[in-house]
Amino acid sequence: MEFLESVFILPFLDIADSPVFFLEVVIGGVLSGVMYSLVALGFVLIFKASGVFNFAQGAMVLFSALTLVGLMEQGVPVFLAIILTTALMVVLAILIEHMMLRHLVNQEGIILFMATIGLNFILEGVGQIAWGSDVKKLDIGLPDTSFEYGDMLFNTLDLSAALIAAVMVTVLALFFQYTGTGRALRAVADDHQAALSVGIPLKTIWIIVWSVAGIVALVAGILWGTKAGVQFSLVLIALKALPVLILGGFTSVPGAIIGGLIIGVGEKVVEVYWGPAFGGAIEGWFAYMLALAFLMFRPQGLFGEKIIERV
Amino acid sequence: MFYREAGQFKTNYRSDQAIFPIIQDRWFIALVLAVAFIVIPMFANEYWFQAVLIPLFIYAIAAIGLNILTGYAGQVSLGTGAFMAIGAYATYKLCTAFPDLNILIIFVVSGVFSAGVGIVFGIPSLRIKGFYLAVATLAAQFFILWLFNKVGWFYNNNPSGTITAPPRELFGIMITGPEAKAMTRYYVCLIFLSVMALAAKNLVRGRIGRSWMAIRDMDIAAEIIGIEPLKTKLMAFAISSFYCGVAGALFIFCWLGSAETEAFDIFLSFQILFMIIIGGLGSIMGSILGAAFITLLPIFLTNVPPMIGIPIATDLSKHIEEIIFGVLIVFFLIVEPHGLARLWQIAKEKLRQWPFPY
Amino acid sequence: MNATSNAPETLLKVEGISLSFGGVKALSNISFDVRKGEIRAIIGPNGAGKSSMLNCINGFYHPQEGQITFKGETRSQMQPHEAAKQGIARTFQNIALFKGMSTLDNIMTGRNLKMKTNFLWQALHLGPARREEMEHREAAERVIDFLEIEQIRKTPVGRLPYGLQKRVELGRALAAEPDLLLLDEPMAGMNHEEKEDMCRYILDVNDQLGTTIVLIEHDMSVVMDISDRVVVLDYGRLLADGTPDVVRANQAVINAYLGVTHE
Repeated sequence: MEFLESVFILPFLDIADSPVFFLEVVIGGVLSGVMYSLVALGFVLIFKASGVFNFAQGAMVLFSALTLVGLMEQGVPVFLAIILTTALMVVLAILIEHMMLRHLVNQEGIILFMATIGLNFILEGVGQIAWGSDVKKLDIGLPDTSFEYGDMLFNTLDLSAALIAAVMVTVLALFFQYTGTGRALRAVADDHQAALSVGIPLKTIWIIVWSVAGIVALVAGILWGTKAGVQFSLVLIALKALPVLILGGFTSVPGAIIGGLIIGVGEKVVEVYWGPAFGGAIEGWFAYMLALAFLMFRPQGLFGEKIIERV
Repeated sequence: MFYREAGQFKTNYRSDQAIFPIIQDRWFIALVLAVAFIVIPMFANEYWFQAVLIPLFIYAIAAIGLNILTGYAGQVSLGTGAFMAIGAYATYKLCTAFPDLNILIIFVVSGVFSAGVGIVFGIPSLRIKGFYLAVATLAAQFFILWLFNKVGWFYNNNPSGTITAPPRELFGIMITGPEAKAMTRYYVCLIFLSVMALAAKNLVRGRIGRSWMAIRDMDIAAEIIGIEPLKTKLMAFAISSFYCGVAGALFIFCWLGSAETEAFDIFLSFQILFMIIIGGLGSIMGSILGAAFITLLPIFLTNVPPMIGIPIATDLSKHIEEIIFGVLIVFFLIVEPHGLARLWQIAKEKLRQWPFPY
Repeated sequence: MNATSNAPETLLKVEGISLSFGGVKALSNISFDVRKGEIRAIIGPNGAGKSSMLNCINGFYHPQEGQITFKGETRSQMQPHEAAKQGIARTFQNIALFKGMSTLDNIMTGRNLKMKTNFLWQALHLGPARREEMEHREAAERVIDFLEIEQIRKTPVGRLPYGLQKRVELGRALAAEPDLLLLDEPMAGMNHEEKEDMCRYILDVNDQLGTTIVLIEHDMSVVMDISDRVVVLDYGRLLADGTPDVVRANQAVINAYLGVTHE
């Protein structure tokens, strides 16, 4: 009885009781959701362009953040460090294309997916050997102060993160829809061999895409790293991005954002208000269960494309 | 020269369908079994049993389970750890609740529990495919472990949160608990592996195995020739989870002795997935080879470099291990998606012609 | 030529079938029948809806209107595996073999519906499971013999040349011992000799086993030679229905093939 009460009644009472706190929780969720969206965005880019589900996106986030911190620890000034890391991510993209993707043209999704899992481990291992595995503090000069507005507590870092993410996403969405390269990317995602046969330079496209994904990873890495310190859990975030993609659809840039926000907010709200009834730590599986529900009833997500199979 | 099948004609379908139609293969397997059952226990010490052989057998059983689901039936699963956990916790609860029940029965029943849960989490597979399904299995992985963590009933509310294998006997010999000798546990795991590997091989070369592979290769065509997708997939989930459940039970009861839910986390799922990728998707032998490889690699890395004079620090070797795994996975997927098993077959084919070049 | 009894029995009847995808009407009000034991060809220019028609018959597509009567039972929709259970087998335009399995295994999957032993017996591979496996192995070997593909029985089908793959696919359909065999362009991409072989197999299947065959084919000489009756589709509509000679002389058919503009 008490349990039922705490699930079906108390949480709503709590929300009604203190709407301001609820709003704070929601906003906190929005902000972490933005982070998820950024990582999911990297996935969407690569998936849209190459049909490859880049499991290594999380590792790329970690790797780029580690590199940035490592460089800065060596005394390299922030601006230069960012440029160098970006260059490194582009080089990484070229290496990935050359050593891995090229050999797997037109293999099925599962094989590609597992290859990116392997890539994930390589990046983790290399990153850790190169830069060490303790938690690192990342400070690139983004303001990190808290202030009050009305009755709610805000943080400039969170807000800048949201802003940067929003800008990034808009730019990318426009790029995909309205440029020639964007169109080529979409062609490649549909069918590698067909794209090759109309003369689309597959190699170049892949390098572009992986570089962009790398840059998105870097931005995500910077933002997460500044907030939480650069460490391992960044990789588990890649796993969390999967439900985001399912909600939003694997091929939709706006979907990645909205999916990320829903998951971010959902997780926080559920944990704060329903968590106590279940002993806490619901956050660990809530996103996946939500994704599962979506998969059952709307597999293409909110914005993805419905796949019709023809024989 | 000595490995030729010339002259070995099969006169009926029965001998053609045998698992090892070539006589040399049969000798080889007989040799392997002899070594495993007789030679090794004569020479191995406690360390080898506990650190290498017993986990190898247990991982092999789990790898066979995962290979059935992912390699044969084509359903990607990242929930192996959770299904092993179900087997372990079910065994624990049954042992503590029914102190007189035969431990073999308990192991089997725990496997059945695991199979049941596997079916539930396999239901989405009708509508979801490929790596989308992997997400569904992730839900299983995180949710089940959370459940075992939070709900005290599963670990009999003991304050440390761990489950410990109570001592149990079989035919008068202690096989679990602190009194059980390493050699005894070795034999238990070896026997389980032998029996379950044989059963798995029988399944995959018969009607069920073919329907799994049909669903994997082209599920639309499979449906059109009469194979029912949902039944076939659920059967794959059930049997795969059974294997993982038994492996999980042995994991705690015959190897570690006790553990917390962390022992079954997502990293274990990845480890088993690596075993089947490297060993060979869609191969029972490959599952065992992959398990052997991944179990032996860390041992190799910690022991061999010092022997040749290059000391490597422990965490460095862990990172190197990670890199090697990653590289191997990518390598195998590019070069030989059928993994070590296929390389083994190719080696045998070369052996047929040896010493002639063709 | 081909066996039909004095009172031809209808095996399959298709009435008023209409099928649309989104805004595209693939089939409009198609009606025809197929007699037991005959070879019925469906022809028409590309995009006429021929494959869609086959897909409706075996339950893969569900027509919005109309009904299908097979072996006396009428239904408007069914699932593909039910169609298989009722005795309908088919081959596909773009080969749908199980690439990861050998020829023998592919053909054995065609026997799947006839194999009943449960998984416990299979795991032991003794008694009923073993006997059943042998029994169906023999049936599969009969098909292999018939199609003359003994040498490739253990080869993974992904490695076979196109013509042989098509033959293996036919073998898989035959292994099910179907009442109705649907062949979607069984000779596409074959050279002259391969086509002759395929014709021979099709005729033999019809002759020796009495299997009713519906086939889609582009090669007119083949169609005229081996079919009993022909259905002509164009833009999803029925243009003509009758024996090859009648159809060949039909003006509308000639127009469709020569490309007279439609009003």
